[in-house]
Amino acid sequence: MTPDFTASCPIPIADYPHVLMAHGGGGRLMNQLIEKLFAAAFHNPALNQRHDGARLEAGGASLAFSTDSYVVRPLFFPGGDIGTLAVNGTVNDLAMCGARPKWLSAGFIIEEGLPMETLWRVVQSMQQAAAAAQVQIVTGDTKVVDRGKGDGLYINTAGVGLIEHPQVISPASVRPGDVVLLSGDVGRHGMAIMSVREGLEFEGGILSDCAPVAGAVLELLDAGLPLHCLRDLTRGGLSAALNEIAETAGWEIAIDESAVPVAETVRGACEILGFDPLYVANEGRFMVILPEPGAARALELLRQTHPDAAPIGRVTDRAGGRVLLKSRIGATRILDLLTGEQLPRIC
Amino acid sequence: VKFIDEYRDAAAARQLAAVLRKVTTRPWTLMEVCGGQTHAIVKFGVDELLPPGLTLVHGPGCPVCVTPLEQIDRALEIAARPEVIFCSFGDMLRVPGSRTDLLSLKAGGADVRIVYSPLDAVKIARDNPRREVVFFAVGFETTAPPNAMSVYQAKREELRNFSLLVSHVLVPPAMDAILRSPNNRVQGFLAAGHVCAVMGYTEYLPIAEKYRVPIVVTGFEPLDILQGVLLCVQQLESGRAEVENQYARAVQREGNRTAQDLVRAVFQVVPRKWRGVGEIPQSGLGLSEAYAAFDAERKFGVTTITAEESPECISGLILQGIKKPHECPAFGTRCTPEHPLGATMVSNEGACAAYYRYRRQP
Repeated sequence: MTPDFTASCPIPIADYPHVLMAHGGGGRLMNQLIEKLFAAAFHNPALNQRHDGARLEAGGASLAFSTDSYVVRPLFFPGGDIGTLAVNGTVNDLAMCGARPKWLSAGFIIEEGLPMETLWRVVQSMQQAAAAAQVQIVTGDTKVVDRGKGDGLYINTAGVGLIEHPQVISPASVRPGDVVLLSGDVGRHGMAIMSVREGLEFEGGILSDCAPVAGAVLELLDAGLPLHCLRDLTRGGLSAALNEIAETAGWEIAIDESAVPVAETVRGACEILGFDPLYVANEGRFMVILPEPGAARALELLRQTHPDAAPIGRVTDRAGGRVLLKSRIGATRILDLLTGEQLPRIC
Repeated sequence: VKFIDEYRDAAAARQLAAVLRKVTTRPWTLMEVCGGQTHAIVKFGVDELLPPGLTLVHGPGCPVCVTPLEQIDRALEIAARPEVIFCSFGDMLRVPGSRTDLLSLKAGGADVRIVYSPLDAVKIARDNPRREVVFFAVGFETTAPPNAMSVYQAKREELRNFSLLVSHVLVPPAMDAILRSPNNRVQGFLAAGHVCAVMGYTEYLPIAEKYRVPIVVTGFEPLDILQGVLLCVQQLESGRAEVENQYARAVQREGNRTAQDLVRAVFQVVPRKWRGVGEIPQSGLGLSEAYAAFDAERKFGVTTITAEESPECISGLILQGIKKPHECPAFGTRCTPEHPLGATMVSNEGACAAYYRYRRQP
């Protein structure tokens, strides 16, 4: 086939001739990259659901399929390491499809010179995380790149899970009046990474929230609760998760800022750096959106895993897909996606 | 968080707002000087609690916004050199120059680093004796002392590979320029609390007297701002024009003398161009002769670079409080945080960016 030389890049080169860090930051630029470049090229019904993983039907079974790459620096951080992250991240993406995570692949891109001891520690963490999440790592790949061409170690994992219930858990199922529950306090992972990366030590220390959430999700499903949508909070934090769901669902979501749990240490660290905890990354927290009647029972179950789980807002009956935030002093404003990365402020 | 939550209390805010409604009998226009205050006002919705007719206009106190285009171009010119490690506070990286910005330059391979303190840049210079380390010294009186300290230390250690690209500005001359303007509509000021923590507030006394405007030194939390507004309105309603201190938990009349002495030793007052406003006499700081060897503009010969602003951008009028962001025809259409026409849309603390982020209608 003759290549089509007339097809032009859907993100005008004049705007961004190079990829910026913000294109991977979970904000507006990353959204544009996915929508205009990747989704435009690959579109199909499974991808068009815009969920954390694809839902696929094969041989009478419903499967969830997801992938993620892990490039965290430093490799070891308070509360976890790149290995626990690589297993839990993909396990959590499968859980957000309402699936029971079963099998993972693991691809290692290793920089020449990485201490074997380091690799061994990461692999042991992965093994422990997989056992805890009750998944098996069933296939893999190894590549070594020249010194200086990688940050020590990158890991990609992909995962398959089984969907064992007839519920359609997706932003499209969200309805006006639904309650938004949060599974625990936000902002830990991002601030734990900042604390070691930038050499900032916070009193009391901040541990990453990195953990598998599949168990908590399966409990909600086993209790027979009608879950409309699930979303784990990763890059871009709570704000990105809410905006993505509101936009895809087409309904407005209203959140109460004072209801969002944030640990004292995380809030303090955010104040110092001028960050908003609603935009900071998490690795073990998720949102549940479900009809009011089941909300109390769901909250009770979530609180068994994390005492900070809380109702934070509601889906309103206004269309438009924006997120409104009631501020601490009672005024209302838009909670928007970040344009780029959060950058520490001058003053 | 102790000493923050107390100043974000909803019940106390409603109470203050009720008092404010009671004492306000006429329409007034106040200006909050500092971008940090603008950000807090829009983020917490403080202005929604104000009585009708009481207007807050947003001042020029965002260092990222007022750094002139040509100074950004000079930064870009220096940062693009292979021998240079260019260090900056994070939020300067996104500000567009005439052709590109520091983030894009970094994506293209330049060694651009975010630091949290200018002293980190000094350490980088110490650790990389074969490279030229340049720190982008931007800000008001608040960041002047640490920036001065970095050069002071570099000189003591004889670090010849360290220099500052200075774009420091001063608050009182800008307030004076706003009040002198024939279009001025500002009747009272909330002065920037952190600037006053360094400088004290005696330098505002002549301004209050000369122009008959109340000036209230104000903090940055919602309750601080509401209280600052209340004090200001009370003065206006009773015909007073004094300097008052709302932010007494951080600000003393004389300020921080040690910091002021350091700033005076390292810097000298110079005329400075403000983005969107133009040159204001005696409104900036530059390195004094004793520290001229640490001046990156001279070291890299970039003093001749000049640049013109986008003719469409009205950030000058915004920074003087004459227009509000949504009154600009380009706001939210041709000018967004992704494609800013001017700096007030770039910085988190810029009035246009704050309005875009928190107020935009779908």
